[in-house]
Amino acid sequence: MNKTNGGVNEYVTVTIGTQLFGITIDLVNEIFKPARLTYVPLSHPDIAGVLNLRGRIVTMIDCRRRLGISALAGQRDYMAVGVERDGDHYGLLFDGAGEVLRLAPESLEATPVNLDLHWKKVSKGVFRLETGLLVVLDINVLLDFSRRAAA
Amino acid sequence: MDDLLRDFLTESGESLTIVDGEMVKLEAEPNNKDVLQKIFRLVHTIKGTCGFIGLSRLEKVAHASENVLGKFRDGVLQVTPDAVTLIFESLDCIKAILTGIEQTESEPQGDDSDVIARLERMASGEGGGPAPTAAALEAAFNAAVADEVPTQPVVKEVAPTDDAKPEAAKPTVAALPVAAGKAAEVSVANQSIRVNVDVIEQLIVMVSELVLTRNQLLEMVRHSNDSEFKVPLQRLSNVTAELQESVMKTRMQPIGNAWSKLPRIVRDLGNELGKKIELQMHGAETELDRQVLELIKDPLTHMVRNSADHGLETPAERKAAGKSETGTIILRAFHEGGHILVEIADDGKGLPVEKIKAKALANGIVTEAELARLSEAQVHRFIFHAGLTTAQKVTNVSGRGVGMDVVRSNIELIGGSIDLKSKEGSGTTFTIKIPLTMAIISALIVGVQKMRFAIPQICVMELVRASDSSDTKIERINKTSVLRLRDRLLPLARLSEVLNLPALEGETAPESYIVVAQAAGRTFGIVVDTVFDTGEIVVKPVCSVLKDIALFSGNTILGDGSVIMILDPNGVASAVSGEVATRSAAEDAAASVTASTEQKQSLLLFRAGSQEPKAVLLGAITRLEVVDAQKFERSDGRHVLQYRGSLMPIVTSLVGSLREEGSQPVLVFSEDDQTVGVAVDEILDIVDATLRFELTASGSGIVGTAVVRDRATEVIDISYHVSDVFQHWFTKRTVPALRRHVLLVDDSPFFRTMVAPLLAAAGYDVTEAANAELALKMKDEGKFFDVILSDIQMPGMGGYKFADAIKQDPTWRSTPVIGLAADTDGDELGTFDALTRKFDRDGLLETVRGFIGSQERAA
Repeated sequence: MNKTNGGVNEYVTVTIGTQLFGITIDLVNEIFKPARLTYVPLSHPDIAGVLNLRGRIVTMIDCRRRLGISALAGQRDYMAVGVERDGDHYGLLFDGAGEVLRLAPESLEATPVNLDLHWKKVSKGVFRLETGLLVVLDINVLLDFSRRAAA
Repeated sequence: MDDLLRDFLTESGESLTIVDGEMVKLEAEPNNKDVLQKIFRLVHTIKGTCGFIGLSRLEKVAHASENVLGKFRDGVLQVTPDAVTLIFESLDCIKAILTGIEQTESEPQGDDSDVIARLERMASGEGGGPAPTAAALEAAFNAAVADEVPTQPVVKEVAPTDDAKPEAAKPTVAALPVAAGKAAEVSVANQSIRVNVDVIEQLIVMVSELVLTRNQLLEMVRHSNDSEFKVPLQRLSNVTAELQESVMKTRMQPIGNAWSKLPRIVRDLGNELGKKIELQMHGAETELDRQVLELIKDPLTHMVRNSADHGLETPAERKAAGKSETGTIILRAFHEGGHILVEIADDGKGLPVEKIKAKALANGIVTEAELARLSEAQVHRFIFHAGLTTAQKVTNVSGRGVGMDVVRSNIELIGGSIDLKSKEGSGTTFTIKIPLTMAIISALIVGVQKMRFAIPQICVMELVRASDSSDTKIERINKTSVLRLRDRLLPLARLSEVLNLPALEGETAPESYIVVAQAAGRTFGIVVDTVFDTGEIVVKPVCSVLKDIALFSGNTILGDGSVIMILDPNGVASAVSGEVATRSAAEDAAASVTASTEQKQSLLLFRAGSQEPKAVLLGAITRLEVVDAQKFERSDGRHVLQYRGSLMPIVTSLVGSLREEGSQPVLVFSEDDQTVGVAVDEILDIVDATLRFELTASGSGIVGTAVVRDRATEVIDISYHVSDVFQHWFTKRTVPALRRHVLLVDDSPFFRTMVAPLLAAAGYDVTEAANAELALKMKDEGKFFDVILSDIQMPGMGGYKFADAIKQDPTWRSTPVIGLAADTDGDELGTFDALTRKFDRDGLLETVRGFIGSQERAA
């Protein structure tokens, strides 16, 4: 790694259980606490429902399910990361969210090859932090419901 | 008020404001040529327009002013304060006349000779004449506005707003084609302003927020006994509601706005083409979202031009064809089944089928062989192809070959669709279907298992409350729910089942509501737990990841801030028809494995012709009617009945002849938008029976037999009986002359029992195999099939291997093999001839039909 003066990338960190994930901050519109979720029958199982965020209808994605992590019994406390893709608004549900980390792109490491298939697809790489590993999420893959591969 | 006049008033009002300002500027810098030029041009425009729309009094005053201004411009006259004052005076006079016009829609009586004379004197270089006194001004003004106008200052700052109520905001803000937020003196100009759509969108979002906050407050106050806030909060609540309503209305415009220019266009076209054309417009008040309206304006205009140019004949041709000399174009707009439909109909010569065929061939759109298989309607649709015009010569009006394809793509752009019906010699009707997206609709809010859904009010016929204790109760036939509603047999769909909602434990509603709905040409009942209320909702398009769910047409935010889904009645309708076939099959699959071609079916038992009961598949019947025998009519040698606003043919082949008096039961069948009645003697019962499909050649008029109460009962093939009424009737179910044999290979007995009856009902013989090995054994036994349907994923030999095996073996090589995939997107074709989605009934049948058609051609 000769490039030492490269810029830093900012990531919004989110958690599921103890696992840290990062989402590029440019993609994040807002972080909010979801309320009054409406379930949409017949929808993809990873879609938690829709809700009204200041007059806008936001489709909520259950990231636990999306990543194949089993649900917590009786979980009530969620945080949502609002992103926009192709004119549609999505909210990604995590256990917690909020911190912004500035990380040098050089230290991003390739996704370990032995990672679970689900994870390998949505991961853009891994940062080694002192507190643990941070998996950078590829939002486009995470929100791609068209291909069966992503399901 | 006439649009032209309104536009004139608005425009003139604006121009005069500018002129006022510029005049002041001119007075300060008398030699500024640019300013002078601008003033001259504006006054000249007003004068010109007056002359054009016949406002002679106004024209005279404007003309006199223009003369003076012209002299200023040419340097003949000096710009003096006196001269400027005189011009101002003439401008005031013009304004006063405009005010009069605005109130009475005609020029007020009055005498302007004083002003004109002084202007003329000024123009001829005789100086300014007497400086206008206030009295003279007032006289001119009073003369101008005559009696109708109250003497209020001519220069009004703003149009008066009667009160501070939100209604004041009602004049459709974005609606009128009027410009500028400048304080124009003519108050028509003040009644509408142009507002950026973004501002309105922003407003809608803010109002939604306000509603949410209001509701939270209401909720808080409800829980406390402290009534201090109650009254003001109630007022806030009302104001909010009104505000919301007003803001929502700003987006809606009647479709008539898009039509307003058409009468003129049609008139001019008529003159140009030497045709007599009458334009009728119905439903101009139908409201559309303004964005949608803007987008369909051009396609509509184009289509009306087309109708006038291509569709209608010349008076001589019409006379020769025995029609009245005047051709008619009818525009009609209305809501239907959650869509807005716009029809453009003409009574002209219809589409020339042969010409289109020739053109399509010439352009290489189709081959001759394909053409031979196409129905007339399919040929008609070629006009939506690029580069296909049937106009013999390229006229000024149309025929340049950029036409219907552009129209179609424009309409599809906004998620709409276009179709046409045409009969050579009697005319063409185009139907544009525009989705509700973005529109405000009236909806019924229903509840099922603590969830709420909206059903577009437009397709709701009535509401029925059903409980076990009342007369109206839901009856079940092998788990399929039906309701006897008056004389009708209403298929029911439980919303909770259609939506696949998990059953709530321990709670069965003692009563339920049935929303009787009409969509996709069917009437059916949607069973829900509760009905909340009706309301206007703003349809918002669903997110792209939810678009595939056919049952929803959109979603909306309710007044309390929560989001609910809007049911698409067409989606529910297809789910209803699916239910009848699939649910009973599922039951069977769970219970036992039935013989290959025997299925439990719901049948309607009736008597016709003989004492022996006959049966027909319940799912095929749309309604049961008991008709007063007097009401049957004869037309063109056939029996018909006035039914729901159109003539329904009555088939009598089962009963022989219709009754002369009394009443006669009629089974009503519908397909697409065709309806036919089949007269029977007596309706007996609805039963559930195992149906054995006849394997004999068709033409007997019998689908098969069913054992009903230990007796074999004939199950009537309705398509056979109605075929002489409609050539194309039930084309989907037409039994092929030679029955085609389908091999269905799938490891899931559930799927087989679901699909086999479907194929059988479509007229095919079906043989099932539980795996590829069994299927290949049939090959070795020397059996032949017309089509093989195979699951792509099976235990043992998989689907792809199976297809490979067939294609490599000479015996079955030429047999088409269709792969059944759960979702065709991600699967490879392999050696399959085609892939189709397993659970898409129509797609599956379509694919099968496609292949059998191609075989016929080869043979």
